[in-house]
Amino acid sequence: MIRFENLKKSFRRTEVLKGLDLSIAPGDRIALVGSNGAGKTTMIRCLLGEYTCEGTVTVKGLDPRAHRTEVLGRIGFVPQLPPPLKLGVGQLIDFAAELCGSDPGRMVAIAGKLGLDLDEIRRRPFVKLSGGEKQKLLIGIALGRDTDLLVMDEPAANLDPVARQVFFGLLAERREQVSMIISSHRLDEVASLVNRVVELDRGRIVLDDHVDDRLDMASVLDCTVTLASPSAAFANAIEPWQFKADVAECRWRGRVAGPDRLRFLGMLSRYAALLQGLEMMEAEHETSA
Amino acid sequence: MKQLIQLAKADIGESLRARWFLVYAIVFGGVMVGLFVSGLTESRIMGFTGLSRLLVTYLQITMAILPIFMLITTVRSVVGDREAGVFEYILALPVGIGAWYWGKLAGRFLVVFLPVFGAMVAAVIYGLIQGVAIPWFQVLFYTGLLASLAWCFLGIGMLISTLSRSTDVAQGAAFMTWLFLLLFLDLILLGAMIQEGLPAESAVAIALLNPLQAFRTASMLLFDPQLVLLGPSAYVILDNFGYRGYLAWAMSYPILIGLGSAGLGFWVFKRGDYS
Repeated sequence: MIRFENLKKSFRRTEVLKGLDLSIAPGDRIALVGSNGAGKTTMIRCLLGEYTCEGTVTVKGLDPRAHRTEVLGRIGFVPQLPPPLKLGVGQLIDFAAELCGSDPGRMVAIAGKLGLDLDEIRRRPFVKLSGGEKQKLLIGIALGRDTDLLVMDEPAANLDPVARQVFFGLLAERREQVSMIISSHRLDEVASLVNRVVELDRGRIVLDDHVDDRLDMASVLDCTVTLASPSAAFANAIEPWQFKADVAECRWRGRVAGPDRLRFLGMLSRYAALLQGLEMMEAEHETSA
Repeated sequence: MKQLIQLAKADIGESLRARWFLVYAIVFGGVMVGLFVSGLTESRIMGFTGLSRLLVTYLQITMAILPIFMLITTVRSVVGDREAGVFEYILALPVGIGAWYWGKLAGRFLVVFLPVFGAMVAAVIYGLIQGVAIPWFQVLFYTGLLASLAWCFLGIGMLISTLSRSTDVAQGAAFMTWLFLLLFLDLILLGAMIQEGLPAESAVAIALLNPLQAFRTASMLLFDPQLVLLGPSAYVILDNFGYRGYLAWAMSYPILIGLGSAGLGFWVFKRGDYS
């Protein structure tokens, strides 16, 4: 589906990509990982036809620069940093839907599932939204259209746990039809979403491996956390996860999205000394649709 | 064409919410209000009076403000958008580069020309209310001249934007361009060049190639058909072009410069990195 052949890109005298070779097949969900300056964003921009480069990049045999509208018409993109657009939210949705030949209602519906109240913010400039609201809207635009490939740069970084859970569910619904490239600095942030890991280091691919993807992206875990003693710091840390507290018993109960389990445990690890009990059980299957 | 209109609409939406547009609209509205308040329609200077006096003054002020405003806001917005990641997102949508570039140009032209045009319309309405004669030919021609000047500097601004990699460089280049054209106005550098022995024809040729001067001379020509204000160089202009010929030149030449600059900018942009 996508082929990078001997892909090189330099900025003045700095060679950022040093001859990448990579093939991405339909159904591949790739975690593109690497430290800052590894070349992830440059590679994505070459794929989107935004950069000139040496070597070749093809999507279904087409050059993304020469066949922009055909290629980009089938790619949904979520950038890491939302653009500072002054357009109103409603205008942005209509604009993107018109260009992509999609129904703006689909984009609004996806953003709504992620917890964005479009009626409230429709007239506000996009740039005035919070980081999380911007991310939800951009995800809504990317997922609210027909695509063969989703390219997402740290897509869940600004989402609250509830929205993350919905987001994972939305990706799970598309996993059979859509290939994905999810860029991140950290593998643990995206490991549960992917079935293949490509690691870049200073412009070269240093790891290309398939990973176990038995994890159901739409799964949910019932969790109970018990502390040895009350802790205001812990109460603050667990608040975004929307757990219910039983203060008398120092116990918190709530639900965590399956793909978010590592992240949740990472948060708990900061309070390991206080932790008296932890129970995580897979709950009844839920879908976000 | 559908994409181009979409992108022009998006750029208009962006610009109307930008602070620079607010300042810009206030400046042009303020200039016109200032001229109304100062009662220029009542004054009689060098034999011309009524609304034409107000329009001439407005044009002279516009010539000082419009080009630099146009250059700075255009280069700031285009290079600034590139630096801020707007292009990374917008150009990842299925849009043709030509539609994006020319759509942006069209949208920006409409946004920038609207306050200038609005001020002209306000002047006409003011004249009608005051009961003074409306010089329709002057009004229409001045409006055309303003559109031509705006387009010219918009095209130059887009070219500078595509050649510059940072906002600072783009702003510096825009300012230098404006300064360069300003220096070649007849009253400044050309006067000094003639004093140093430059043939009058060469000096006039340089002046004719300067879109600012073309605009300025044409605006004079409408109320001073013999170009008495311009002195001896008027003979070179009127002998070579004639009255109508020069008006046609002053209207079309800046449009061609704007189109050529924007076209060159597009060619450069299309061949390079977009974001």
